[in-house]
Amino acid sequence: MNRQRLSSWGFAGTLIFALGLMLVPLPGALEPFKPYWPALVLLYWSLESEETVTLGLAFGVGLCADLLSGVLLGEQALRLCALVFIALRFRSRLRFFPMWQQALAVLALLINDRVLLLVVRMLAGASVPPLSWWISPLVGAALWPFLFLLLDDLRARLRIQ
Amino acid sequence: MARARDESSPLFAGNAAGTLRLIVYLALAVVLMVLDQRNGWLWRLRYAASAVVEPVYRLAGLPAAGIHTVSVAFADRQQLTQQNQRLREDLLLANARLNRMAAVAQQNLRLKELLDTRHSLGLQVQLARVIGVDLGAYRYRLTLNMGARDGVKPGQPVIDAHGVMGQVKEVLPTTSVVMLITDPAHAIPVVIERTGLRTIAYGSRDGDQLSLPDIPLAADVRVGDQLLTSGVGGRFPPGFPVGEVRHVAPAATGMFQVALARPAADLDRSTDVLLLHDQAEPDGPPAPAKPVGPPRDLAPAATVASPASASTARRGPAR
Repeated sequence: MNRQRLSSWGFAGTLIFALGLMLVPLPGALEPFKPYWPALVLLYWSLESEETVTLGLAFGVGLCADLLSGVLLGEQALRLCALVFIALRFRSRLRFFPMWQQALAVLALLINDRVLLLVVRMLAGASVPPLSWWISPLVGAALWPFLFLLLDDLRARLRIQ
Repeated sequence: MARARDESSPLFAGNAAGTLRLIVYLALAVVLMVLDQRNGWLWRLRYAASAVVEPVYRLAGLPAAGIHTVSVAFADRQQLTQQNQRLREDLLLANARLNRMAAVAQQNLRLKELLDTRHSLGLQVQLARVIGVDLGAYRYRLTLNMGARDGVKPGQPVIDAHGVMGQVKEVLPTTSVVMLITDPAHAIPVVIERTGLRTIAYGSRDGDQLSLPDIPLAADVRVGDQLLTSGVGGRFPPGFPVGEVRHVAPAATGMFQVALARPAADLDRSTDVLLLHDQAEPDGPPAPAKPVGPPRDLAPAATVASPASASTARRGPAR
């Protein structure tokens, strides 16, 4: 019982930490290099613990992120739902990829996410972002192996299913 | 660890129920976005959830504040002494200028009284700190540590020591969000200091610049011209520096000149900003009509307490 509670707190903690990281600003020059943390963490959990991550959870996390960042309600909910759906659909295959292939798959997912964001922003009337806006998925994919190992270690320690 | 696979994790093809669920969630998200775009619900929701949202902002701002503190703590003594010296000189210079300005201001006031206009040179300002939070909207926003409880209202101009930064967009109880003048959705009426030409400066999408897309071809605009707020429209008071023209060229259509300007304010470096309290008196077309009560001097309380109102009037321009 206690262990179960600990593991669920650990799970929620990583998501909350990712939302916090999303809000922390980087110095001006590094700003375009910031990866989309909630997506990366949700991806990890959707690959590793299929029972906990559902579309509903992705929607909820997205709504929380929207509430915090205050751009448009439902924007990140839409993006995270699409991302988690694709990840869950191909979960069985993604899990057995070697790490570099997995990182490439994550890159494809993150670029897809950016395209989705671009469509939403354009429909809402924003202008086309500069070219540096597309660096973030690359950084996210490059960080994926390290994040994967880190979260794997955390999951082993907390025995999260 | 071998695990029995079931319907929820198919190896190659998904089931229809999962797709249906996705469609339902996506539709829900789209509906939320459209409703929010139309009605601005998000900010009402955020206002209601401010007890949760604002501590998160303070928390997310901690690393930036920490880095600032650490950089001050580890800056060597010589550097701090130099900075102190420079600030001292700046203060001296500013004070000297102020002393000279005081006489001019007095004279100006007298002349304005003669002309029966009531522009005041005094400023009513409130100092606010920038919270380092990344709101994700291409960094055209700032978060301040003052909100509705401190009397901040949407539309208030925000300036720093060098010029206009933007205006307050949204207000939460103890924080507020500022839209910068470089936001592509922002426009500010300006006047070119040298020639008195009035035009509008928009934010430009690439980088931290202002663009002035509709200057007449015959107008005299040069690189290095200073832009000031014109006060037209009544949102920004007149006479504040906005930027400096860096580039002038004919537009692609050949019907206008397009100028690019660099903002005068330190948009990405300021940590302390000033919120202006007195809005401009509109020079040009009147401000959008707001439902207001009768004028204050018609209210019965004001006629009774006339000495008090006289004292506030005297205190007003001094600040």
